[in-house]
Amino acid sequence: MEVLQPTNLDDALAILADRGETVTPIAGGTDLLVAWHEQRRWEGTFLDLSRLGELSEVRLTDDALHIGGMATYWDVAADRAVAEAFPLLEQAARQVGSIQIQMRGTWAGNIANASPAADGVLALLAYGATVILASQQGTCEVPLDRYYHGYKQTARMPNQIITAIRVPRRTYDVELFEKVGSRAALTISKVGMAVTHNEQTGWVVAANSVAPFVCRCPALEKLLTDGCTVRSPDDLLPAVDSDTRPIDDVRSTARYRRIVLSRIIYFGLRDAAPGFE
Amino acid sequence: MNDTDAVNITLSFTINGSEVTVDVPMSDRLLDVLRDRLGLTGTKEGCGEGECGACTVLLDGRPVNSCLVPCFQVQGRDVRTIESVDRATLSPLHESGATQCGACTPGVVMTSRWIGEDRSVLRGRTLRELMSGNLCRCTGYDGIIEGVRRTLDEEGED
Repeated sequence: MEVLQPTNLDDALAILADRGETVTPIAGGTDLLVAWHEQRRWEGTFLDLSRLGELSEVRLTDDALHIGGMATYWDVAADRAVAEAFPLLEQAARQVGSIQIQMRGTWAGNIANASPAADGVLALLAYGATVILASQQGTCEVPLDRYYHGYKQTARMPNQIITAIRVPRRTYDVELFEKVGSRAALTISKVGMAVTHNEQTGWVVAANSVAPFVCRCPALEKLLTDGCTVRSPDDLLPAVDSDTRPIDDVRSTARYRRIVLSRIIYFGLRDAAPGFE
Repeated sequence: MNDTDAVNITLSFTINGSEVTVDVPMSDRLLDVLRDRLGLTGTKEGCGEGECGACTVLLDGRPVNSCLVPCFQVQGRDVRTIESVDRATLSPLHESGATQCGACTPGVVMTSRWIGEDRSVLRGRTLRELMSGNLCRCTGYDGIIEGVRRTLDEEGED
C-alpha cells in the first residue's frame, strides 16, 4: 500500500499524469473506507486529496455556486445563504447520511464514486450542474447529465480530478427532492427524484436508484413540457419505463422502484404541473 | 489493524490536547490508532462502516466516524476522544436514562460535545436530527435526547 500526499494541485496533477491509471484519489473516505475493516491486505496507491486546501472553497456569486472538489455536504448545507439559494442541495445533504458522514463526504466524491443511488448527484443534476475536471493539459467542464455513460463509467480520465462543481444560479418556480429509503435517516435510497422548473430551462427531472447511474428522465420531462393530462400515478408509468431500468437488489425490487417513482412524481407535482389532475 | 502489509507512517497529531507521534501501519484507520496504538479504548468500534456512530470522535472540532478516517489524513490535525471529557459533565446523561449497555455512549457524548461547543449548529435543525448518526439499541433515544438537552441547559447558552 502506498499513499501519495501532495500539498498543491500542480503536484497532484503531476502524479496523475505519471501514474493516473493505477492511482485511486481519496477525499472524505466515506465510500472507500466502508470495506476497509474487512480487507486483509491493502494494495494499490491512494492519492490523498485532503491536503489540497485550495479545493475546499464554497463560493456563492450572483451567477453560480462554486463547490470546491474537497467541499463537504456540511460545508454547503450549513451555509445559510447557499442553503436558501439551493434548497435541494440542503435537502440532499441532510439526507445523504449522518452528521458524521456530512462532515467528511464530499460532493465531488459523490460524483466520482458514481453510485446509482447518489443523493448529491440527484440534486446537482436537477440544478443543471457542471463538473470541472483538471489535468496537466488544462481544465474542462462537463455537464453532469453527460458525465456518466454506464455503471461506474464516467467522463473522468485517469489523469484528471474533479476540482470543482459549478451550479448555475437561477430562480425556479418548482424545486422538489424526494428520497425513499427504509427509514428517515442514515439510509441509502431505494428510489429518489429531484425536479426543477424554470421558464428558461424548462422541466428537469432526475432520478436515482432506477438505472445504472443517476439519470435525467427525458420522457417525463417531455410529458411535463407538453402538459399531458395525468389523472393518476399510473399514467406516468409509460414515461417511467422509458426513462429507467430499475433492478432487484438488496435494497428493493424493480417493481417497487417503478411504482414508487411514479407516485412520488405524481404526488410531488400534482399542484405544480400543468395537466396533472 | 492490517499489520500484514506493514508499510508504516510516522504520524504526529494532537490527541486530547497533547502532541503525540506514533509509528503505525499506513492502512490503520484513526479508530485503530486510538484503540490499538494509543490505548484509548473509550472509543468503540460498532459497525466499522460508518453507520452506527459508536466510534465518533472530534476531528478539528467536528464529529466524524473514526472508522472511516484513514490515519494518514490525521497528520497535524486535532483529535478529541471521550477520554477528554470531564466526568462531572455526564450526570445529566446518566440521570435521563441515556445509557444502558454503554456501547454507543462515547459517540453520543462526543456528538453532544460538538453541539455544546457551537450552538449555531442547532439553527434550523433539531437535536434529534443532529444526534441521528449515533445509533442506540437499548434506550429508544428519548433518554439520550433528554440527557443531551439537559447537558446543554446546564452549560447555559453561550
